[in-house]
Amino acid sequence: MDSSSLLSLSTFGYLAATGAYLAAFLFKSKKAGLAGTTLTALTFLLQTFALGLRWYESYQLGAGHAPLTNMYESLVFFSWAIASFYLILEYKFKNRSLGAFAMPFAFLAMAFASSGWVDQNINPLIPALQSNWLIAHVVTCFIGYAAFAVACGIAVMYLLKDKAPKSTGLLAALPDLKVIDDIIHKSMVYGFLWLSAGIITGAIWANSAWGTYWSWDPKETWSLITWFFYAAILHARFTRGWHGTRIAWLAIGGFLCVVFTYYGVNYLLSGLHSYGGS
Amino acid sequence: MNPQKNNIWMFLASVKLALSILFLLAAASIIGTILPQGEAAGVYRDFYTTSFGLSGSSADILTKITFQLDLDAMYQSWWFRGLLLLLSLNLIVCSIERLPDVWRLVVLDNLATPLDRITNMRTRRQYTTNLGVKESCEAVSAKLQTRGWQTSRRDRDGGTLLFAQKAPWSRLGVYVVHISILTIFTGALIGSIWGQKGAVNIPETLTTDKIYQFGPGTPIDLGFTVKCNWFHLTKYPNGAPKKYESELVILENDEEILTKTIAVNDPLTYKGWTFYQSSYQSHQKFIISVANSDTQVEERFLAPPKQAVRWQQENLLFGIQELIPTAIPGNYKYKLLLSDGKGGQKIHILPDNEQLTINQEDGSSYTFHVKEFYSTGLQVAKDPGVWIVYLGCGLMLIGLWVAFFVFHKRLWILVSREQDTTHIFLGGTTNKNKAGFETEFNTLSDSVADINQIEAQ
Ligand code: HEM
Repeated sequence: MDSSSLLSLSTFGYLAATGAYLAAFLFKSKKAGLAGTTLTALTFLLQTFALGLRWYESYQLGAGHAPLTNMYESLVFFSWAIASFYLILEYKFKNRSLGAFAMPFAFLAMAFASSGWVDQNINPLIPALQSNWLIAHVVTCFIGYAAFAVACGIAVMYLLKDKAPKSTGLLAALPDLKVIDDIIHKSMVYGFLWLSAGIITGAIWANSAWGTYWSWDPKETWSLITWFFYAAILHARFTRGWHGTRIAWLAIGGFLCVVFTYYGVNYLLSGLHSYGGS
Repeated sequence: MNPQKNNIWMFLASVKLALSILFLLAAASIIGTILPQGEAAGVYRDFYTTSFGLSGSSADILTKITFQLDLDAMYQSWWFRGLLLLLSLNLIVCSIERLPDVWRLVVLDNLATPLDRITNMRTRRQYTTNLGVKESCEAVSAKLQTRGWQTSRRDRDGGTLLFAQKAPWSRLGVYVVHISILTIFTGALIGSIWGQKGAVNIPETLTTDKIYQFGPGTPIDLGFTVKCNWFHLTKYPNGAPKKYESELVILENDEEILTKTIAVNDPLTYKGWTFYQSSYQSHQKFIISVANSDTQVEERFLAPPKQAVRWQQENLLFGIQELIPTAIPGNYKYKLLLSDGKGGQKIHILPDNEQLTINQEDGSSYTFHVKEFYSTGLQVAKDPGVWIVYLGCGLMLIGLWVAFFVFHKRLWILVSREQDTTHIFLGGTTNKNKAGFETEFNTLSDSVADINQIEAQ
């Protein structure tokens, strides 16, 4: 089997995991929850293997490089990072209901990657992309994005529980609002650290490639906008005591910024600038 | 301090201002990503009419506003820089306001903490024991020591107080982050004042001692000479570029100082100037090098295809008759026509950039080498601020790590004697991650309770 078919399989793995977590949440089924965790872990391993295989295949094609260099590969890594971040959260907070809100993102990233809108070929790298800083840049950015995605999912969970009348059966299984709020915050903090590292490694890469660490191109600028946005959220919480619903909405807004930085910039702004979609 | 100055000071110290600036910077940055930057008036007019569907007169007004507010060079505009300056002021004033208090916490004498504060802590535990006060203190200290908590001790009215803490300095992490931002701004400022950026094309085998500034194209003297020995382009089997390389030589007073092969992502730095491989230019000409195998005399010629070249001295006449495409798009082999000057002509096939030795009928022998003639395209930058920016980046990551993941944890242990029993009181605080600390505190206090003859209450 080649890496593409394994990766397609992992799309279905995450879909099944999402389904199991949803079932666990909707029908209060412990078994379904366990199935969710098992499916997530197995798919995660499969995906890890597939990424390694894709790396190996690239060498066979004479275009050897880490599988982190185009839209497809970054989406796969994004979903991989979401699954690993989620597994850590589940382990730390011992609560499977988080899965119903976090794992859809891992599935959606894979589904989009496999949708046919995204070029799945292993392409040789143009000279500018041949840099270890590129690898560091993609890895750090996408770990950050994954944490923000999970924060967004958990924020939706918060809003659901907050809006619903008290003590309805379904939502009682969710963690306390306070705990959810804490998870959102911790995820954003974690994401912020990695996003900062992502912006920095990107700047160093740009400087080693063409002597300018910052040139205000739309992609860079949007990552900075996202960074300002999350910095503002952290300050609002830490020094002005914002929490709960407001922070939940901001976590969702922050993730929209991330999606726009990641994807929107290429398709909506590239027409106006020489810098295009990669 | 007069009240008015006080107001401005407090305004500059406030986090509300920080939040507003962060949101404003984010919002302003968006404008610059939507609006084309650095274009002429006509481009903006077109942009407003086509992208926004505005009428001609409204587009004219907007275009005027665009230029009045410097929106065409937004990130360099006075008001955007003003925002960054305000952010810096905000950071500085805020830190001056708060740092002293934080510093006091870092160096605080925690053995002087009022005892009732300790006994009222939210995270606490109590024990009794038959051991004496001194033995209890020693037992508890030893137990905490095995878990990495170093205690200090003081006799107080009402008992003996032990204290241990971890990472008090972590409270400074936030300020390291804030200072890192100022550091990055400083580096960027230095770069914008004393830095220079430009580009230059150097044809193979030739030299330059100037580069040309981006935009205006003003020449800048380097103060030394750069020579391009050769440029080489490697391709993937599908014809996409795989590698651009140039061998550059730095010359001062005609003396070779330094030679390096640069590639994209692997520049050459000399005297603060860094040379980046960025592009190349083809001239539809070829460099033909010929060497007499016996005498080792060598000569180089520049010729387009289908042009005969004469090497007078050796009485050789030759030329590239045709470019033969290879499997890799854009790569060629050369069909070399060589005449010995006596009417004899032969065709030889030469691979690109490889040597071929040709033996003539008269016994002479020549080595040929053909490659396309390029100019290497270099971007050249001098940025004395870049290391300060990198320093700031490093500080930021360290500071963020400390601010988010290192906590200041404190433990007080009050040991007192009442009648025939010794009371041990354990209390703790942390500045962050309360839940995590609670768990750690519980394990610790369980381990204290393990000490013989101590009973938890
Ligand atoms: C882009 C700019 C900034 C970044 C990246 C940044 C970063 C941070 C971080 C990471 C924290 C720690 C938050 C936490 O522990 O959850 C923090 C705290 C804080 N920041 Fe900023 N900050 C910035 C700008 C500012 C500005 C302009 C002010 C001015 C008032 C400010 C005031 C504060 C204060 C008062 C705290 C709490 C400090 C404490 O606990 O003693 N920040 N900042």
